[in-house]
Amino acid sequence: MGRYALKRIFQGIITVWFIATATFFAMHAVPGDPLSGDKALTERIRANLEVKYGLDKPLMVQYGIYLKSIVQGDFGISFTQENRQVNDIIKEHFPVSATLGILAIVFAGIGGVLWGALTALYRNRLPDTIIMFLVILGISVPSFVVAALGQLSLVNLNGWTGVSILPIGGWGTVWHMIVPSMVLGLSTMAYLTRLMRSSMLEIVSADFVRTAKAKGVPPTQIFTRHQLRNAILPVITVLGPAIAGITTGGFVVEIIFAIPGLGRYFVQAVQQLDYTVIMGTTVFYGAFLVFMVILVDIIYGFIDPRVRLE
Amino acid sequence: MSQTTPSITGDDTEEAFAKSAGRQLLVFACGAVVIIAVLMWGLQVLASMVGSSTIAAQAVDLETNSITIAIAEEPPQLNSTVTTDASSGIILGHVMEGLLRMSMDDKLEPAIAERWEVTPTHATFWLRKNAKWSDGKPITAHDFIFAWQTALAPDVASQYAFLLFHIKNGRAINQGELPVSALGVLAPDDFTLVVSLERPVAFFDKMVNFVTFLPVREDFYTATEGKFGAEADQLLYSGPFVITSWVHGSSLLLERNPYYWDQQRVGLDKINIAYITSDATATLNFFKDNRIAYTKLQAENLDDALEKRWHIYREQDGTVFFLEFNHRQDRVTKNIHLRKAMQLVMDMDELVYKVTKLPGYIPGKSLFPNWLMGVEDYLRKEYPAPALVLDIDKAKQHLELAKQQLGLDEIPEIIMLTGDNPVSNIQSEWTQAVLKKHLGLTIRIDKQIFKQRLAKMTAGEFDLVLAGWGPDYNDPLTFGDLFASYNLNNRGRYNSPEMDRLIEEAQNSVIAAERMAAFGAIQQLAFDDVVLLPMYERGVTYVVHPQLKNLKRRIIGAEIDFTNAYLVPDKS
Repeated sequence: MGRYALKRIFQGIITVWFIATATFFAMHAVPGDPLSGDKALTERIRANLEVKYGLDKPLMVQYGIYLKSIVQGDFGISFTQENRQVNDIIKEHFPVSATLGILAIVFAGIGGVLWGALTALYRNRLPDTIIMFLVILGISVPSFVVAALGQLSLVNLNGWTGVSILPIGGWGTVWHMIVPSMVLGLSTMAYLTRLMRSSMLEIVSADFVRTAKAKGVPPTQIFTRHQLRNAILPVITVLGPAIAGITTGGFVVEIIFAIPGLGRYFVQAVQQLDYTVIMGTTVFYGAFLVFMVILVDIIYGFIDPRVRLE
Repeated sequence: MSQTTPSITGDDTEEAFAKSAGRQLLVFACGAVVIIAVLMWGLQVLASMVGSSTIAAQAVDLETNSITIAIAEEPPQLNSTVTTDASSGIILGHVMEGLLRMSMDDKLEPAIAERWEVTPTHATFWLRKNAKWSDGKPITAHDFIFAWQTALAPDVASQYAFLLFHIKNGRAINQGELPVSALGVLAPDDFTLVVSLERPVAFFDKMVNFVTFLPVREDFYTATEGKFGAEADQLLYSGPFVITSWVHGSSLLLERNPYYWDQQRVGLDKINIAYITSDATATLNFFKDNRIAYTKLQAENLDDALEKRWHIYREQDGTVFFLEFNHRQDRVTKNIHLRKAMQLVMDMDELVYKVTKLPGYIPGKSLFPNWLMGVEDYLRKEYPAPALVLDIDKAKQHLELAKQQLGLDEIPEIIMLTGDNPVSNIQSEWTQAVLKKHLGLTIRIDKQIFKQRLAKMTAGEFDLVLAGWGPDYNDPLTFGDLFASYNLNNRGRYNSPEMDRLIEEAQNSVIAAERMAAFGAIQQLAFDDVVLLPMYERGVTYVVHPQLKNLKRRIIGAEIDFTNAYLVPDKS
């Protein structure tokens, strides 16, 4: 087990290095640079800025310096948010994205398992048809539409009732989190519902379920112990990447609901070619994603002993 | 009968199983709700520890005399010597005050300086003795000198340093040829500021309300160790408000500055910037939900606002948008007849009134927007824009001439560089269609996001580019010198000795009539030589909470100013 974990972690580090390198060169290959703005710069000022940010050195030297500072855990200073360390930006804004993400994944996970089990129980009957229709909607409608619709319905709801039921944006209390996290978790919930449904249907006709029924095990026990528990395994597998996907993919939701998360810095940085923030957030998110995948693999090893053999 | 019995019992067990499993599922669902509730309670506790909470205020609050607003972007930092963006401009406009300011009716009025004088060689400002920093110390002439020297220092690399080039030795200091101490500014005593000018600058007093000219106190700046303006407590305030809280990416709280000298003009006690989002629809939703007191409207939200029967304000935002030509030697657009042909077929009235149809927008007629002041009246009244008579036949003749001069049978595909936003999409497609229809020209649209478009503009990789220019100071020269051969913002590299001569005339004269005549000539030359094709002057539309009065949108400086705004009780 220990060796397996070590091997996975080593692979993870290689992956992160690859992400960092690819991003670095792709970013520098894009036309334009972080220094250009509405007003043209004189050559002198441009040269000064280049020295200040180390852009005057050859690309490979910059790459070397940059790798070294990543190893030391220092992503440098942002180009646009001058005077702010990229590390500080991550430190201040990632917890917000993570909170939102955790809540979204809880909604998605619990909702997905429950709806999935329900549809499997009522297969091809009305509840199944309705829920599966909603699931298709949930998967195919992009999050910016769902987010905008969610906010608009809240505005209308508050307007109708004349009282502020839930805040329509901003951050700070749980009331601010409910709608954004539901919006954020929606497509994952839909996906998990489908996964759970098919996994349940497979298990309903499995040998051990039939045996249990034949033995006269009480239905609740068959359902919980034999069906749900086994059907949930594939759901856990996809939960890891889903967590990373949700925590990092929330930028649309963050912008619409005016949430101070890391996602919007990530996207803004790309538009403004803020080299240090692009690198910082990409490497951070990359490492986070890789870590979540490894973590889930290891946890899975505990739940399902068969995996350990690999 | 006996054959069917087992199957009925089979269905029965299935049914019974589903029922009890369903009940079990309901139990789980209840459990899940409890778990989520507990989790949210935990998150609430955690969130209150992080403390980046949005103050859930109403749009206007009479009790605390405060308003809540949203801004599109977080200010990157509030260091006035290097700042360039609009968000920072709005905040600095409320928390800082310079030598002079613009009044509610857009006239220059005394601020920290109680009187001033501009001569061909010098500008002198006499500072009021009761103006204080937010820590209670007096604002002195030295604070201005320090700020200007800092903005010009080569290692600070301020993008707006060029505005200070009018001051003696300003350019040389910025080029690193002279030390900052050589700057031509003197303080004979703490409250007198004497500026030596590099050359006569008739409009120097109109420039000093720009952010780059704001005062900065040396001891405070030094103590921040390079973090000046990065946080609320890393800034010293000279204006009507101070920032009492700044949570990055989330909110800013502006409160009345007790040390501000001119208290009576400040109508609000607090301005709560509670939301930062670039999404126009989201901002409109905040307004609908009575969370914010003011918002700009984007084209896509206009119908929505009209439906609500709100009072919609419309103004110009001061920016001129135009089609800029690439005048480099290797481009077909360097040919005057080709440019002339394009000029003769493009009807900007059609573009503005029939195609884009945006309120507040007006068709472009000149390089100079119509709000600029001339000697007595508006510049465009004193020197009307050259009248353009559209003429497709004449355009075709020019096109033939162009082909002859270029030695081409057909004009090759013309590359038009544009930005990526709804308005420039419509604009570029219209241009493409018009030039195809009337002149048979093939235009390829090269759509690029901001930075990439800039890079291509600077490198000259275009024939036509949809560009815009906003004013830096309140004098026609801010537009007038755009096509000087040496101006780096002249991305099409237009180069004409006549243009340079006229610009020099406008720069060096201190006689208003002479200068305006030069601008009139520049306007004519830009038309005759088809240096550019003005397309439109941009408008802005916005809505305001009915209880909030007297706010002011400005073309130069902070785009929205709440300093004089006040609240009135709800009439209903």
